[in-house]
Amino acid sequence: MINKVVNNKEEAVKGIQDNMIFMLGGFGLCGIPENAIAALVKSNAKGLTCISNNAGVDDFGLGLLLKNRQIKKMISSYVGENAEFERQLLSGELEVDLIPQGTLAERIRAGGAGIPAFFTPAGYGTEVSEGKEVRKFGNKMYILENCLKADYSFVKAWKGDTAGNLIYKGTARNFNPMMAMAGKITVAEVEELVEVGELDPIKYILLEFLFKEFSRERIMKKE
Amino acid sequence: MLDKNQIAKRIAQELQDGFYVNLGIGIPTLVANYISNDIDVVLQSENGLLGMGPFPFEGKEDPDLINAGKQTITTLDGSVFFNSATSFSMIRGEHVDLTVLGAMEVAENGDIANWKIPGKMVKGMGGAMDLVASAKNIIVAMMHTNKAGDSKLLSKCTLPITGINCVKKIVTNLAVLDVVENGFMLIERAPGVSVDMIKKATKGNLIVPEREIPEIKIN
Repeated sequence: MINKVVNNKEEAVKGIQDNMIFMLGGFGLCGIPENAIAALVKSNAKGLTCISNNAGVDDFGLGLLLKNRQIKKMISSYVGENAEFERQLLSGELEVDLIPQGTLAERIRAGGAGIPAFFTPAGYGTEVSEGKEVRKFGNKMYILENCLKADYSFVKAWKGDTAGNLIYKGTARNFNPMMAMAGKITVAEVEELVEVGELDPIKYILLEFLFKEFSRERIMKKE
Repeated sequence: MLDKNQIAKRIAQELQDGFYVNLGIGIPTLVANYISNDIDVVLQSENGLLGMGPFPFEGKEDPDLINAGKQTITTLDGSVFFNSATSFSMIRGEHVDLTVLGAMEVAENGDIANWKIPGKMVKGMGGAMDLVASAKNIIVAMMHTNKAGDSKLLSKCTLPITGINCVKKIVTNLAVLDVVENGFMLIERAPGVSVDMIKKATKGNLIVPEREIPEIKIN
């Protein structure tokens, strides 16, 4: 098996450049690759496009990248609970594309699955459908949505083996598995790193794919 | 007049045995507290859980186990976790029988607005647009009027809409109404609330059937 483990988070993000597109897993504060984000903050890369369901809070997750003015554009479904985000948005410093959560999840899935676009009913007749191709299937109207891909995907998993197989815990799964597929390079951050063979492939056969690099940082326990 | 918990209690009566149900944030979340013990209902949480259990006891919270409102929750025997794409496949694929949502406005054709106040609130739609575009049955739980006292039941939504022609039933602090072809059909009124009071608080077309309008019954 190919060993995909890197020594530290800095090594995992050393190819990062300005203006790159990032996907970051997480829903609320659950399943966030916080150590990989810390490395991204340290890299000081600017002009980033970040695809993430939420925008974190002021002092956690994507909030740290916002505070450091590294994000040019956010692609999210729900961005409440973040004062700095709101300030940058209202002042015009930050560009935001708000899209329905299921559409966001499917666009990311499609990006990793080689599907360039798909039709969905979500947002038909609302401002989300403005400028998009609309088509009727049966008696229902649908809008065409393009897939999303990223230069880097940052994901958070519970356990990972040295070959890059990941398993997730509870609702910390959320967007992580699809993002792991949709990034040119995927950096996975795990709570426990195990040797190949330790994860049961039968038990975990549905549970997701590889990554290319690996942070060995152990996540801090949330209060 | 009903309070928020009583609105939730009334909506809980709409749940049927075998239903898969998605509850939105706010009053809809309270519905879970009033589901009859005589029926089996499975709650779907959009962030990747089918079979949502009650809130955990203090000290038993798991930060990796939350609901769509980001509150810590529990699982039940038979619960299952999945990713967000699968979660919305269930929603888009019409595998969820009933969705209960809050709203800022509902129009008499069933349009709903609940995600944006231009220039004021820019939080995003979350999963609401996916839910209203695909749910087989949508019940709205809300106050009949907003804080300024204006009706939230309108002939046409003034705020940016979340979905079109989708709301089937509305339960407010004043009444239970069905969304029918030409407007809001008054079905039940809250205890102590007259038909006239409901008429005054409803800006969209209110249809009052020519019969005694029963009072909402809740235990």
